[in-house]
Amino acid sequence: MRYALLCYNSEAMVSHLPKADEEAMMARVRAAETKISERARIGPSLRLMPTTAATTVKAGDDPLVIDGPYAETKEQLLGFWIIECESHEDAIEAGRLLAREREVGGIEVRPLLAYNAGDETP
Amino acid sequence: MSELDWIGAALASARPQVMGALLRYFRDLDHAEEAFQEASLRALKTWPAKGPPRDPAAWLIFVGRNAALDRVRRDRRLQELPPEDQLSDIEDAEADMAERLDNSHYRDDVLRLMFVCCQPELPATQQIALALRIVSGLTVKEIARAFLVGDAAMEQRITRAKRRIANAGIEYAVPDAVERAERLGAVAAMIYLVFNEGYSASGGEAHIRRPLCEEAIRLGRLLLGLFPSEPEIMGLLALLLIQDSRAAARLDGHGNVILLDDQDRNLWDRNKIAEGLVLVAKAIRHRNAGPYQLQAAIAAAHARAARPENTDWEQIDSLYQMLEKLDPSPVVTLNRAVAVSKARGPDAALAMIEPLAPKLQGYFHYLGVTGALLTQLGRAEEARIAFDRAIALARTPAEAAHIRMHLDRLAAQSSACDASARRSEPVVGKHKA
Repeated sequence: MRYALLCYNSEAMVSHLPKADEEAMMARVRAAETKISERARIGPSLRLMPTTAATTVKAGDDPLVIDGPYAETKEQLLGFWIIECESHEDAIEAGRLLAREREVGGIEVRPLLAYNAGDETP
Repeated sequence: MSELDWIGAALASARPQVMGALLRYFRDLDHAEEAFQEASLRALKTWPAKGPPRDPAAWLIFVGRNAALDRVRRDRRLQELPPEDQLSDIEDAEADMAERLDNSHYRDDVLRLMFVCCQPELPATQQIALALRIVSGLTVKEIARAFLVGDAAMEQRITRAKRRIANAGIEYAVPDAVERAERLGAVAAMIYLVFNEGYSASGGEAHIRRPLCEEAIRLGRLLLGLFPSEPEIMGLLALLLIQDSRAAARLDGHGNVILLDDQDRNLWDRNKIAEGLVLVAKAIRHRNAGPYQLQAAIAAAHARAARPENTDWEQIDSLYQMLEKLDPSPVVTLNRAVAVSKARGPDAALAMIEPLAPKLQGYFHYLGVTGALLTQLGRAEEARIAFDRAIALARTPAEAAHIRMHLDRLAAQSSACDASARRSEPVVGKHKA
């Protein structure tokens, strides 16, 4: 089964972490990834640029291009991992491993569907 | 549970919004600061147990306002008290507060807070110090360190700046579109000042002053987050990011400035460049060019070149041309001449800058560029005169060393075409100073 692990946190808060703390956090995320890879295959994992870099295209006949993220929220999507694992429990455990490393925000564990008809079932 | 400083980060990131709201309530910077201080102390007591609240800013505004209210009541100077009926138990009111904060004055509060720091009557250094203290929340000690002055001197500087602001008559009504645009412009200029204060440092001071660059980028992000569709703010942030991307490459082991052509481009921060390029691209969509966007586009053209010889000098020339039209200044023309010398040769460049002589006689870079162009044209004697005058105007050992290198080359009678116009790092932004 394929899952997305979506990392949500306050962008402003994360940007105010002291550099040493940020490095410590990234080191622990790497350790968590190693742990996760024992039970799951980790696919693309990416950090997103700050929301100020985002552009939103609103649906419509003549779609409107708007600067900024789709929604203004207290926490923002900061990055994600795509993983493939045997069970739902494995995915939750992967989320736990990543969430343990932070006091605020959270990890959303989101199962993936096949997008194109020809795709292999996730 | 991690031991990372989340509470410190939560307090710091909420600060501009909280201070902005408290300033609107109290209409007095000192009261706002005291209220913020008290709220922060209470946060440090209560947050560790359960982590920061979902909306730290709303919590802090409410608690700060409440905690300061008694003192404010006693203070006769202040007429406008916050309405009593909005005060009740924190737990009940927090959600309601948060709701109201989101939609009402948030943007203009933060903009006002930034704007009070850039009153035109304040000298640039005071504007910067004040912004770092009031908006960013750096301690006096930290700011003093960045400015290389003693704590007491900085304390005095900030106190003096605050006194001037108190007498300046800040406007608290919600600004109209024209006022808002004016404020944005002033705040953008202030943020650029903060950046340059850190970026222009060299030698042993450079790493001490680097936090100023980081703080400026943070302020730029904050401002763009509040006004996400302002192309000039995109340009400003892009400019800061792309310039800052070169931080690791622009000083040698002795702290001497390395010119753009000679930098190890592998040391450039690719993530900062990527973000800067995105912001330039976003800004261009608005088709409303401004000085920050053009300077960012010029910085972007350099950032895109994997090697100096790949630089698109034609494009840089035309961007400087637009900048000249928008914001004419001899320094911009001088920068353009460097691009022209690369794109069309030293003749065209020299013809362009010769008329600037009366205005830029006493300007180091003018004489340096003139000397380099004359060298390229094989006019060694005139070049030597220009370099001699330049070296007398050098303000840093690095500048002097750079000119000395030119003079040594002339002395060695090396072939004229060998010494190309080395001075190619644009003197971006300096024309504003």
